[in-house]
Amino acid sequence: MPKDHGIGASSKRREDVRFLTGKGTYTDDMNIAGQTYAVMVRSSVAHGRIVSVGTSAAEGMPGVLAVFTGEDFAAVGGNPAGWLINSRDGTPMREPKRPVLAHGKVRHVGDAYAAVIAETYQQAKDAAQAIADASVIEELPAVVNMAEAVANASNRVHDEIPDNLCFDWGWIEDNRAKVDAAIKSAPHVTTLELVNNRLVPNAMEPRASIGEYFPGTGDYKLTTTSQNPHLTRLLVAAFVMGIPENKLQVVAPDVGGGFGSKIYHYGEEALVLAAAKKLARPVRWTAERSESFLTDAHGRDHVTKIELASDKEGNFIAFRTETLANVGAYLSNFSTATPTFLHGTLMSGPYKVPNVYVNVKTVFTNTAPVDAYRGAGRPEATYSLERVIDKMCRELGLDPFEVRRKNLLTPDQFPYQSPVGLMYDTGNYQATLDKVCEMADVAGFEKRRAASAAKGKLRGMGLSTWIEACGIAPSNLVGVLGSRVGLYDAATVRVNATGNLSVMVGAHSHGQGHETVFAQIVADKLGVPESSVEIVHGDTARIPFGMGSYGSRSLAVCGTAMDKALDKIIAKGKKIAAHMLEAAEGDITFGDGKFSVAGTDKAKTFGEIAFSAYVPHNYPLETLEPGLEETAFYDPANFTYPAGAYICEVEVDEGTGKVDVVAFHCADDFGNIMNPMIVEGQVHGGVGQGIGQALCEFTTYDENGQLLTGSYMDYAMPRAEDVPFYNVDYSCQTPCTHNPLGVKGCGEAGAIGSPPAVVNAVIDALQRGGHTHVTHIDMPVSPSRVWTAMNA
Amino acid sequence: MHNFDFVKPASIADAVKAMGHDGAQALSGGQTLIPTMKQRLAAPTVLVSLTGISEMKGVCMGEGGLHIGAATPHAVVAAEAGAVYPALAALAAGIGDPAVRSKGTIGGSLANNDPAACYPSAVLASGATVVTNRRKIAADDYFQGMFTTALDEGEIITEVVFPIPQKAAYVKFNQPASRFALTGVFVAKYPGGVRVAVTGASASGVFRWAEAEAALSANFAAGAIAGLTVDASGMIGDLHGTQAYRANLVKVLTGRAVTAAG
Amino acid sequence: MTKVSMTVNGRAVSAETEGRTLLSAYLREGLRLTGTHVGCDTSQCGACVVHVDGKPVKSCTVFAQDVAGADVRTIEGMANADGSLGVIQQAFQDHHGLQCGFCTPGMVMSAAALLAENPKPTEHEVRHYLEGNICRCTGYHNIVKAVMAASGQDVSALAAE
Repeated sequence: MPKDHGIGASSKRREDVRFLTGKGTYTDDMNIAGQTYAVMVRSSVAHGRIVSVGTSAAEGMPGVLAVFTGEDFAAVGGNPAGWLINSRDGTPMREPKRPVLAHGKVRHVGDAYAAVIAETYQQAKDAAQAIADASVIEELPAVVNMAEAVANASNRVHDEIPDNLCFDWGWIEDNRAKVDAAIKSAPHVTTLELVNNRLVPNAMEPRASIGEYFPGTGDYKLTTTSQNPHLTRLLVAAFVMGIPENKLQVVAPDVGGGFGSKIYHYGEEALVLAAAKKLARPVRWTAERSESFLTDAHGRDHVTKIELASDKEGNFIAFRTETLANVGAYLSNFSTATPTFLHGTLMSGPYKVPNVYVNVKTVFTNTAPVDAYRGAGRPEATYSLERVIDKMCRELGLDPFEVRRKNLLTPDQFPYQSPVGLMYDTGNYQATLDKVCEMADVAGFEKRRAASAAKGKLRGMGLSTWIEACGIAPSNLVGVLGSRVGLYDAATVRVNATGNLSVMVGAHSHGQGHETVFAQIVADKLGVPESSVEIVHGDTARIPFGMGSYGSRSLAVCGTAMDKALDKIIAKGKKIAAHMLEAAEGDITFGDGKFSVAGTDKAKTFGEIAFSAYVPHNYPLETLEPGLEETAFYDPANFTYPAGAYICEVEVDEGTGKVDVVAFHCADDFGNIMNPMIVEGQVHGGVGQGIGQALCEFTTYDENGQLLTGSYMDYAMPRAEDVPFYNVDYSCQTPCTHNPLGVKGCGEAGAIGSPPAVVNAVIDALQRGGHTHVTHIDMPVSPSRVWTAMNA
Repeated sequence: MHNFDFVKPASIADAVKAMGHDGAQALSGGQTLIPTMKQRLAAPTVLVSLTGISEMKGVCMGEGGLHIGAATPHAVVAAEAGAVYPALAALAAGIGDPAVRSKGTIGGSLANNDPAACYPSAVLASGATVVTNRRKIAADDYFQGMFTTALDEGEIITEVVFPIPQKAAYVKFNQPASRFALTGVFVAKYPGGVRVAVTGASASGVFRWAEAEAALSANFAAGAIAGLTVDASGMIGDLHGTQAYRANLVKVLTGRAVTAAG
Repeated sequence: MTKVSMTVNGRAVSAETEGRTLLSAYLREGLRLTGTHVGCDTSQCGACVVHVDGKPVKSCTVFAQDVAGADVRTIEGMANADGSLGVIQQAFQDHHGLQCGFCTPGMVMSAAALLAENPKPTEHEVRHYLEGNICRCTGYHNIVKAVMAASGQDVSALAAE
């Protein structure tokens, strides 16, 4: 029987009720007395010198209350990069200031150089148009193509950065000579040049922010679409605005998806706060979808050459990659970590390969900033590896299943020190590979292929095996790697006098279901009903200083902090029980929601202990404090290492080049599972996004830096018709060895493992269909690209 | 969006009068016009809704074939045209999505003449007649290039009359983002010959593929067009498909439409 | 400004509008019914789907004045009279058909329109009908499952899991 409550149960999500009845409270749903509306004035050119801003055009327009330009923020700080990366030669990365509003130059289409505040949205919109029409911006040639950006030193995104390079990073530089030598002497080298396509995250809720200022106290409040309110507070207060951190409350209420794009601080958040202070009225801003396309941090955008050296039997000898990674016009908060430590450190995959070297040149261009998007660096690494392995198999006439099987690390090799710096704690990669082969009925493929052929379709099967480092992250490790913040998390467990609980967590739920899952864990551990536990998140005034949700970290890091706080609650409860039961503390045991004296029938329920804690009429106060509330911070000892194996089957229509994903199988190892229903949902969502990347999503700027895919009319989001039911399994479990819940994280998995499985399947279909000249097609493998490749 | 005065006449005569205002613009289903106005690419001062005019709505058989009121939503055509013109009903059932089909109308689609819209191919392949408040316009005269039609300023389409073919089918290949036709081909067989109209593919908007019409008029079978090629030079080339790709789609989809027509 | 009256979720309502006031704004700002969401400006995402006279429409692509007098139903009108979740809503919760919840109102309204037209849709029919509703969280698996379950079909064997 599956469990019906607590850890391991598929408890239904309590948050669903408000979302299903229209009673959720997203930022734009709020209605605040006296509110005003901000509209940004955005650049229509990708690169230009601001000659004059036509602010006078808005003066006297109906409802206009204030206009801001870059000049107003020239004296405050810039939005900082969170990681300092050093180039191979030891020099630090170039860090241009990212101002609240562009000053001097605009650097991408959509770069805001002014803002209008008005009584109504339409009035602000009209005034913004008037300012844009009256502004003079001298257009400069746009830097768009990365290879040209580094080659053409005369055309600079930032005048002070001569080669448009942020850094030239080698990982691990000490491996370089050994890897070069290994490749030179290897019996076979497979080379593949590929593009990891740029994606727009497209959380369905556009970004929105409301600034408030309370003149009586000097306090500010920012309500915003954030995955991590404390980090946003730190960035806005300390780095940009110079507000004391304790005078700013940041609230991230219901947030409609993030996928990375809402980790970061954006200029609009500082703008609404500054405007709220100036006007002493609430100021709200909500992005139109077109603004989301132009200004949300995009994802991926790597151009990579990967070489795989092997013997003729397909045993891996070395991997070497050279990547150009686009950071766009400015450094977004995690943008320098994504192509480096979230990418290079994963470049040995789940494989035993002794020699790996990664080179990443990160390039400024006149495009929107690029940062972490679901998976962040790890999908890029996995895609490069899994594609080049399939190409090698084809070149050597080897079976891609067998080649992966014999190169995978074996269970006896853990803990495993990878050649690119990580220590994998545990895993069983053969188990997930075996499992997925069973799920996909690999042996029956030929029969399915014949059935597809009878319908006039080519059928192919693609495999990928993947690993990631998540549960981000050990502060001591990321500190060494350049992080300017710690990546611990925190939880406070408050047992109320009546025995119910308020649990304040640093993680933020924007679709993940923390309000349900975290309550399951608390209930399981304390033996109380789930319904008596309330999970509080998203408000810096209520929660401890945690670092929010991204990098599949919520459960592994914040969940562990919560677990440790619960340990403290139990320990305190034992002290109280010992006092109440007149027993030695050491004799008190806790189980089934009761504190008992070992070997006796004397016991107090959890509720009795809680009540006593707040009615301490006879406490020995010198040894026992009243109250039952504990906080724990947790900083992990290591990353967690989920892994898995995916098989995709596709049908290809030779006439049109259209690819249909007809089956998708996932065997994942996430360690222990808290709520299977939610884990499955996370995998479904990740795979859906991965299929989107592989088949249809495509972000294109023209040579002038205009975004050609700036709306859903041209940016193809996967729809229900574009994907199949997914076959998901998580029964192969090697619990994480260094957190008490044994959990690894499941949020990014699907987006990491799926793109190469899809593309491998398409190439397999074409090869089996006789199009043997097609060895690679860049993503998205759109109908036009597939047809063009077949007919080349 | 710029503001405007909204008027909703109940008769064609009142609509024509309202269209006489400076800056007046007719609004039918609005599924293209409203997004365009949001982008401030259209800024009428008076918007004349045609959705309250009952004489412009409905699907019925009459002189010359199937009469469809210009303000009839796609969903109604999909539900009501099937008995006499199943290919047309199927086309209507595939436009946009259900919510778009509740509002979008045949008259709006034809007045806009988006080069990737579905309806123009049916109208052209059927040799339909576009009826306005002033005159009747033959399909072959109506379409004059992308977003360009024979309509004069202030002229309102009131209904469209489709001769019923012996056999017909529409096959559409979606542009993956917008779900408009990347290319769509409507094939209709009449006693006087076969007409083949293509949408989505050409830089000049919807067009008839004369060579295919000749071949299919002689032999209405997919194989009849096997030897034909489509000149790629006039095709649209964009990030969703090259010119050569669209030229290929024209041929492939024509063959499939013939097969589907039976 | 023009006063526009209509029936929303069975209640007679009215609010001031400009010509350009969209139905979505009329509901969200005029009536403070914020369950209807706006996720795009090109009539693509479907987060704003409501029913007008029983038909699904994208409320961000309809002017309020154009539907004066209409009978409108929104997500706020989908629960049972006693406040408990309606059949479709309950199926979405039971089958985890939502994550962040932002697209959910539009999904539920489209699903309701589908089931009104087609009480026992196939998987393909559900997927095709939801063509105008974009979800970024779920990969659609559990949405399709929830809609089929809401139609009374056994979904336990839809995908091995």
